[in-house]
Amino acid sequence: MPEQLLFAMEVTLNGLMAGVLYALVALGFVLIFKASGIFNYAQGVMALFAALTLVGIMDGQIPFAHIINAIFGTELHHFGWHVPALLAIILTAGVMVVFAWLVQKFIFSHLVNQEPIILFMATIGLAYFLEGVGDLMWGSDIKKLDVGLPQGINDWIDITTFEVFGYGFFIDNLDISATIVAIILVAALIIFSQYTKQGRALRAVADDHQAALSVGISLNFIWVLVWSIAGFVALVAGIMWGAKSGVQFSLSLIALKALPVLMLGGFTSIPGAIVGGLIIGVGEKLFEFLIGPMVGGATENWFAYVLALLFLVFRPQGLFGEKIIERV
Amino acid sequence: MKLTTLAATALMAASPAMADLVFPDLSYRTGPYAANGIPFSDGYQDYFTLLNERDGGIGGVPTKVIECETGYNTEKGVECYEATKGEGALVYQPLSTGITYQLIPKVTADGIPMHTMGYGRTSAKNGEVFSNVFNYPANYWDGASHAVNHIMSQGDIAGKKIALVYHNSAYGKEPIRTLEELAKKHGFELMLVPVDHPGQEQKSQWLQIRQQKPDNVIMYGWGVMNQVAIQEAANIRYPMENFIGIWWSGSENDVLPAGDRANGYKALTFHNLGDDYPLYDDLRKYVVDAGKAAGAGDQLGTALYNRGMYAAMLAAEAAKTAQEISGEKDLTPALMRDGMEALEMTEAKMAAIGLPGFGPEFKVSCQNHGGNGLGAVAQWDAEAKSWSLITGYEGSDQDVIQALVDEDSAAFAAEAGIEAGCK
Repeated sequence: MPEQLLFAMEVTLNGLMAGVLYALVALGFVLIFKASGIFNYAQGVMALFAALTLVGIMDGQIPFAHIINAIFGTELHHFGWHVPALLAIILTAGVMVVFAWLVQKFIFSHLVNQEPIILFMATIGLAYFLEGVGDLMWGSDIKKLDVGLPQGINDWIDITTFEVFGYGFFIDNLDISATIVAIILVAALIIFSQYTKQGRALRAVADDHQAALSVGISLNFIWVLVWSIAGFVALVAGIMWGAKSGVQFSLSLIALKALPVLMLGGFTSIPGAIVGGLIIGVGEKLFEFLIGPMVGGATENWFAYVLALLFLVFRPQGLFGEKIIERV
Repeated sequence: MKLTTLAATALMAASPAMADLVFPDLSYRTGPYAANGIPFSDGYQDYFTLLNERDGGIGGVPTKVIECETGYNTEKGVECYEATKGEGALVYQPLSTGITYQLIPKVTADGIPMHTMGYGRTSAKNGEVFSNVFNYPANYWDGASHAVNHIMSQGDIAGKKIALVYHNSAYGKEPIRTLEELAKKHGFELMLVPVDHPGQEQKSQWLQIRQQKPDNVIMYGWGVMNQVAIQEAANIRYPMENFIGIWWSGSENDVLPAGDRANGYKALTFHNLGDDYPLYDDLRKYVVDAGKAAGAGDQLGTALYNRGMYAAMLAAEAAKTAQEISGEKDLTPALMRDGMEALEMTEAKMAAIGLPGFGPEFKVSCQNHGGNGLGAVAQWDAEAKSWSLITGYEGSDQDVIQALVDEDSAAFAAEAGIEAGCK
């Protein structure tokens, strides 16, 4: 097989894996938009905050230590314990539930019936607030995140493909883990929304707020629920991205990778987020491989948006989004 | 008693008021680059605090640091400059190439010097064109040459393939021309691998490196790009000893997330690392233990803290030089500029400060605002979690670099209508 074709196959596989990571971020946006019509600008910062909290809990870091020390003249930094990863993830998920409740209680319950742009602006404010709180709680230094996920080249794939093609493919173990986690996450979300009472209530709210209210569904509860789920998805995305780069404040910029995925897959579709992520991942990687060298490289950022724009021209609601028909 | 008090008051009223020596700190403690901005700023401020607490300032005049948050954002950086220049600012160190480019015409018009240590516009080394901009002790092009020299020191470079993984910005593109010239001169093949901001996803770039198998990789990165690049290099099992970063890709922040897999990674530097210097005892005694540190006091000895401290030390030494040559204790930006242009850093001077062997010796002149361009190579020990120098301070290829400096500065002078010459 020609070497270039093998390289292209390797790039495609890695594009699929990268697409899964993009989809993980996009999922959080979709969940909140679908249930409440809010485009949550803070989703990337939620991933950052969740990852910071996870590392902080695992390392036994005292939250707000700098402020406490400055006020009381103490020298407190750590509790002196190390929390196992699984327990820390559960505790962090709990923090994200509390965060969801606070967001609903103090922000969105006061903005019922406001224009979408007002809600969007509120999430911008939330993003900056949360970033500041994260900084005060856990500090700005870059933290190593190790929840036990394997990293580095997968030897089995490398050796097997070498035996078959004479060229060993590179696939990162972390990407394989992310794919497995994403599959489990999406399956759990589907089971939850299809087979549980709360899930059906969530779908009812997503379909029609007024109708859901009329049958006794509590909008407050559903929105806390959906922000909690989005918080958990943000935690998963934060773990995967944080394991790659360390947990640091640029983690919030992963939201930029989710936007073209949403434009392509649609803002209201969970399968759309997955398929959109895969298309963007493969598209940008193949474009960089095939065309990048001719145009100086570094095409991935803009190509993802161009690809999404092309889809928008022909299908404004995205691949899986609901077509909005307004009758007058 | 009353007469004594009256006499003292009259004497104080008659004496000229001693203004503080003002050093603005255009810092970034928030945003994606905060992890790098914080230790630099802490080091910068702590050194001036030390001078005030231990020596009563510089030449008896207290120093004052005005901090302004830029968030590594060019517009905010310019706002900070405009907001602080009227406070008697003596020298600006914006720690951003983007902000530097915007400030070059402003500082020149306002007559305030700017020091861009290891960053900014490289051709500012030509002081006859860039009268108010200084980039000693080394610049981006020196860095490119140091990296190539180091590769050459390990074997024949002719016929080798060397990849440049760079931040796809004005900063990251700086070494390309130098490396192209060096490739022609030494017969190696240069492979360019750009990474878009912020650089969180670099799979394509590292697959390309895996497929094309360059013998060495040079990196010009900043922020998250560095951490991801080192992780990805480890993922594809690229030999770390063949991977060398510029000084902005050589902090603890860059290697710690990769853990043991970053062991052996190399980075260039123009100052020493760690805290095994007498000056750090004073920093602890007068600043950290006294509760006067700019930060938490936990960054002493890290690469970026040391760089910030070194930047402050060079500014303070330039201020001392300015006081000596002018005979004035109260400095103006113009006197400070003259002090920077007359600055000479010798080993004896650094030892007297409490930093023996901390940085290269160099001398600034009107023609040469960039110093001698000396740099060293450091290597990361993942087990000890520390950097150590593996070479001494060595020179760069001035035959190639000076020609490029002359060409670029001449183009700038023609564009800006500047008549080159010494002030």
